[in-house]
Amino acid sequence: MRSIHVDDIVRTVRDLAIRANTELGDDVLHAFEAALEKEESPTGRDILKRLIENAQIARAEKIPMCQDTGFAVVFVDMGQEVHIEGGSLREAVEEGIRQGYRDGYLRKSICHPFTRQNTGDNTPAIIHIDLQPGDHFHLTLAPKGGGSENMSRVTMLTPAVGIQGVKDFVVQRVKESGPNPCPPTIVGVGIGGTFEQAALLAKKALLRPLGSPNPDPELQALEADWLEAVNRLGIGPQGLGGRITSLAVHIRMMPCHIASLPVAVNIQCHAARHKEASL
Amino acid sequence: MMPDAIVLQTPLREQEVTALKIGDRVLLNGVLYTARDAAHKRLVELLENGQPLPFDLSGQVIYYVGPSPAQPGRPVGAAGPTTSYRMDAYAPTLIRHGLRGMIGKGARNEAVKEAMRRYKAVYFAAIGGAGALMARSILSAEVIAYPELGPEAVRRLEVKDFPVIVANDVHGGDLYEEGVRRYARTP
Repeated sequence: MRSIHVDDIVRTVRDLAIRANTELGDDVLHAFEAALEKEESPTGRDILKRLIENAQIARAEKIPMCQDTGFAVVFVDMGQEVHIEGGSLREAVEEGIRQGYRDGYLRKSICHPFTRQNTGDNTPAIIHIDLQPGDHFHLTLAPKGGGSENMSRVTMLTPAVGIQGVKDFVVQRVKESGPNPCPPTIVGVGIGGTFEQAALLAKKALLRPLGSPNPDPELQALEADWLEAVNRLGIGPQGLGGRITSLAVHIRMMPCHIASLPVAVNIQCHAARHKEASL
Repeated sequence: MMPDAIVLQTPLREQEVTALKIGDRVLLNGVLYTARDAAHKRLVELLENGQPLPFDLSGQVIYYVGPSPAQPGRPVGAAGPTTSYRMDAYAPTLIRHGLRGMIGKGARNEAVKEAMRRYKAVYFAAIGGAGALMARSILSAEVIAYPELGPEAVRRLEVKDFPVIVANDVHGGDLYEEGVRRYARTP
């Protein structure tokens, strides 16, 4: 049995919230640079250069790269031999969010669905806990902006539509999203499971570093094919026309019910923020 | 090569707006007012009830933004545009009452485009997600209405060379449609 004190969790989540919002990952920066080589639209090229400059300013001056510092989505991967000491795990994560959004001058964007009254501290957080064998404790914080989340969808397809049907749904979703989710985007696709599991798979697919291959060779081939289809749409950076609509398509898949073919598309804006830490 | 940017001072005059074409790069100077979902709802309610607005709309430009909080010594935090379609229900009323320009990201609906053509208003796209970069063009920010809305309060921003692209002009041009048409490849 290994003990982890809630104070360490609070501190770690606080720091992850600030770092995620101010330090864009090198994988995303490299993807911008690669996109700049391929983009033919002068406006698109200008936008990509400014996105690189924006990330550099945010990192150097420790200000958020985007004013929408998102809904705090936290993945807790922990071993069942870990004992949480000094309080509740969920409360510790939320206190970390509260402190990070306050101390990092991050925008508080969470409100009541009907009255639109802001909760004032960016809580609640969305917390996904995955309990596994072992004594590890790993946190991933992925702030998710509203603009790209609004363009995401879950659907239950008929199994008969097969791979082509899933591809059509994904490409159509990117097409209908147009400029709204801040392209160049990353397209997270969850296939299989149940209604809610497909959405979670799509979100988790976004956490994979850009440029890293899908471990499943069949999915790797589909990702390349679907990315090409998405980039034929011509939407381009910021939707003003161009070759690079998306930087990547990431797929996660699991078995589903014999009657179902659940598919989720979680669109991620170019501010693809996530930071991790192990305790 | 990108053509040189057009430098404009707010409030904008009708002839300045009429001269703009989609794809033009513009550097805005002067004052911008911020408003997004909740503030738009209130502004339109005031107009419908014949009551005065917290600022004079004529010739002005509204920026769809909810900035992040300012760090000490800075006028504003990150300040990039939010998605504009959510303001489509309100924009035609504001345009009819003298609004000359809007800054946001993403395409507008037919009602907004029709109001822009009819009353000579322009829609500028700013780069979504480049909030740290755009904050550099903001010299000062002052909440002038609805402080209780937090990030959605109406602010008066003083800007210098604030970079935008003309996305919809008064002649019916739509860069979101034309840009995509130019680069789309049919399967």
